[in-house]
Amino acid sequence: MRLRISSAMTIVFLLLSLTSLAQESHVGNLVGNAKKGKALYQRYCIFCHGEYGDGRGDSAPYLDPKPRDFTKATFKCRSTPSGTLPLDSDLYDTISRGIHASGMPSWKPLTRQDRVDLVAYIKGFSLRFQEEKPGAPVVIPPEPSTSPESVKRGAELFQSMNCWLCHGKEGRGNGPSASSLTDSKGNPITPFDLSSGSRFKCGDSDQGMFRDLTTGIDGTPMPSFADALKPDQIWDVVHYIHTLRAINKSQRSQAQAEPKSE
Amino acid sequence: MRNRVPIFRAPGRALLANNKAKESRYTMQPKCILGVIAAAFVLSLAPYVPAGAADAGAAGSLKGTAKIEGSTLKPTRIDMSSDPNCAKAHSTPATTEDVVIGANNGLANAIIYVADGLGDRTFEPPTQPAVIEQKGCQYKPHVLALQANQKLDVVNSDATTHNIHPLPTNNREWNRTQPHGLPIEESFAREEIAIPVKCNIHPWMHGYIAVFKHPYFAVTDKDGNFDLKDLPPGTYTIKAWQEKLGTQSQKITVGTGESKTVEFVFKAGS
Repeated sequence: MRLRISSAMTIVFLLLSLTSLAQESHVGNLVGNAKKGKALYQRYCIFCHGEYGDGRGDSAPYLDPKPRDFTKATFKCRSTPSGTLPLDSDLYDTISRGIHASGMPSWKPLTRQDRVDLVAYIKGFSLRFQEEKPGAPVVIPPEPSTSPESVKRGAELFQSMNCWLCHGKEGRGNGPSASSLTDSKGNPITPFDLSSGSRFKCGDSDQGMFRDLTTGIDGTPMPSFADALKPDQIWDVVHYIHTLRAINKSQRSQAQAEPKSE
Repeated sequence: MRNRVPIFRAPGRALLANNKAKESRYTMQPKCILGVIAAAFVLSLAPYVPAGAADAGAAGSLKGTAKIEGSTLKPTRIDMSSDPNCAKAHSTPATTEDVVIGANNGLANAIIYVADGLGDRTFEPPTQPAVIEQKGCQYKPHVLALQANQKLDVVNSDATTHNIHPLPTNNREWNRTQPHGLPIEESFAREEIAIPVKCNIHPWMHGYIAVFKHPYFAVTDKDGNFDLKDLPPGTYTIKAWQEKLGTQSQKITVGTGESKTVEFVFKAGS
């Protein structure tokens, strides 16, 4: 009988240690500790993301977009294909950068170790992190320099890939389908106004745009173009999107300048 | 030890919240092992038993119809003018497919399936892929049923680009752009009835994909008819699911080699 109890204890202990293994995180040479992450989570994150990580914290009703529900393990900003788990470094990058135009601030004031600990704790909210491996990260080839030809090809793809049906012909986020869009939880969501020149949610670099077009933004209507476009074509679209932003910036500065001159 | 407990509480709650999912995922493994053992056993007997003969003789079937009563529901026109490539594909305006009523009030696109009664039996997915086609900027079929881990071929026959975006609660969510002609292959690992599927580009496009862990399911045809073939003798809970009208349930016993008939009647507006 005693033997049986002790062997049962061993099994329980083994299971517990397995769970804790699954709750580690690795970013660079740092290893995250879920236990430390929990203390940080309860101090900084719980008000929006909630005690159980389901995005139903006390502040959630007042936020738009809604805080992420970690129990689903569906993340917007990833370097991995649509439908796959993010890398630890993807979650770390989101915590560090914050998500522009949302309630999620940058957590750079926390130490790097703190942020890696948070990643370890957040992964514990979904069983998927114990059952699945993250997807293979997108390979971002060197960016060819922009040219009128590349921009023209990008403009054609913006049309033929139906980007305009949501983002609008001039990228203002006012395409014919724009008003119908919801996120995966059924909350209304607006397509990004590419002409605003506003920072992109998952990081504001050409490489970031390439990555977002390739992986899609999971949990939102923005799909992955990994199958649909070749890397060169994705760069063409990136180059075209730049022209949408630039046109508007100059127009805006003109519009701002005019009243002053009167 | 005192510290240990709270750390694991959070994932524990995630488990609870997703209890159904957890159960199906965790009970799967022993079943798989049993299945493998059973398969090995059957294979070892194979030379002595005429393959399939015993099964075919013993299996029963369940036929019937799904109907709708007191319905004034009519399909409504879909405005596809935002994408001329969609509008052009229809000589007469396309209509909605969420409630399609055929001859004798037969209800199309209902899923009839075995919800309970198969015990611990496990089933390999068929090798034949299930196919969902985007044609005329609508899903064909509007409601698709397939087995877990069965290959799903997504086809775009339209002269426009779609994105196919399932919104599951018990499977991975993905969202992929599909220009004309590009093949996409996917599958769903876990049972789920039914996963809404959307094209965000064309807001009128929506359909459903139901995933089963067994092969005993059917989608009613345009007049509401269905046929569940090769049903092993037994007592089953049979359910009928319709996207707008909900789910109905009946308990049915099918004897050896017996052909039973059953009718599901949905009431409109209830």
